[in-house]
Amino acid sequence: MNVIETHGLGKSYGSTKALDRCTLAIPEGHVAALVGPNGAGKTTLLNIAVGLAAPTTGAVTVLGGCPTGSLAALDQIAFVAQDTPLYKNFSAADLLHVTRNLNRRFDQGYAEQRLGELGIPLRQKAGKMSGGQQAQLALTLALARRPKLLILDEPMAMLDPLARHDFMATVMTAVADDGVSVVLSSHVLAELERVADYLVLLTRGSVQMAGAVDDLLERHRVLTGPASESDVYAKQWNVVHASRAASQAHLLVRCDGTSDSVPPGWEAHSLTLEELTLSYLREPGAGALPGPARARDTEQSEVTI
Amino acid sequence: MTVDKDDSKSSAPPQVSPIAFRLDLGSGVPTYLQLVHQVEHALRLGYLVLGDQLPKVRDVVAQLAINPNTVLKAYKELETKGLAVGRPGQGTFIIEASLNQVALPELTELRRSLVSWVAAADAVGLDEDGIGALVANVLRDFRERRGGTAVQRGAARLEAEGVA
Repeated sequence: MNVIETHGLGKSYGSTKALDRCTLAIPEGHVAALVGPNGAGKTTLLNIAVGLAAPTTGAVTVLGGCPTGSLAALDQIAFVAQDTPLYKNFSAADLLHVTRNLNRRFDQGYAEQRLGELGIPLRQKAGKMSGGQQAQLALTLALARRPKLLILDEPMAMLDPLARHDFMATVMTAVADDGVSVVLSSHVLAELERVADYLVLLTRGSVQMAGAVDDLLERHRVLTGPASESDVYAKQWNVVHASRAASQAHLLVRCDGTSDSVPPGWEAHSLTLEELTLSYLREPGAGALPGPARARDTEQSEVTI
Repeated sequence: MTVDKDDSKSSAPPQVSPIAFRLDLGSGVPTYLQLVHQVEHALRLGYLVLGDQLPKVRDVVAQLAINPNTVLKAYKELETKGLAVGRPGQGTFIIEASLNQVALPELTELRRSLVSWVAAADAVGLDEDGIGALVANVLRDFRERRGGTAVQRGAARLEAEGVA
């Protein structure tokens, strides 16, 4: 099952194309990171997936074929927006009360226990809490709905390092306990490395690269060798990014695993997720990797537009 | 309702696992491999012995804020290496009394000295079967002299902790 699936998705604001022929499929059971430069369309894509915005063109479904904004979709998706919106004059207890009454499912026991562990008093007003506490409260409200899919838009942007760590620990614990799928957008590449096992790289409104992190890392190597030979090899290899000095060259290449042997005099190094992502961000023209099979390609789908 | 951390530390029952993981973010080593290496290291240094439980996935995740799949991958790798075994509903336990797997540099060095030893055996006229027999013989002697104690140490720890 794919938690988010789009086909040729487009969204225009006036003459600006926020999303342009964006096709992707994020399979369930992952913590998927949505990465891309400012204005790449991350927030637009997430807002469409949640049902807060409608696409201009194309199709989108969530959780294995549910139309976005449908009752089934709303019931199973929890969303924490960029600025962790909370009613600032409401106490934590009030917010639990409201959320419980606005949703079909709400685990009051979980929410109260979580806030207890975090040291957030139920009587405290949201507006009086620290940024980290507000983020944790918003996350607790989302998780207490027991969603199948948790969507987080830039969850760590406003948090200090300790609050980021605690926030992600809560998310990861929910993944371990309930198997909730997570899609999160973020700029903090270094911290994605430890949480994300699926990566979607958005550039100019469409998908530049997508896949399981392990696969992506396995398929890329940095080859280091004499600059004089680099042009010859650059033609044979699928070079994503090249940096050449007077005598030495580093080529980031995409390989298919089996047949790519390292020529004599060259060294191969593996990459971190951060290096890989940065290299692709620097080369917006570098091709996309195919994501997983989409429902439409493999089986009859019931998508109605 | 808030938990005083110092208080809970002194009154809480002993931790389930004798080790705790840490992450070196700047090392460039994949997270799951860091966990694997730390278990191997702990086995080598005696922090972990036969029957010990590895930290529960949920606890590792809560402590390090990492993806649970990463921990599962590390534990699977340890199972593949024959060092640990997962018991459904209980956790992952050490099944290897001491660490036989050694890192590549050590292995290369051992191999080099073994090659020169085989050459010496060949020079004095020992054939392949003779070499094999001699190695098996020495290995058995060595195991009887040293291996038994390591297993007993692990077994005693197993009983003391009440692991069925």
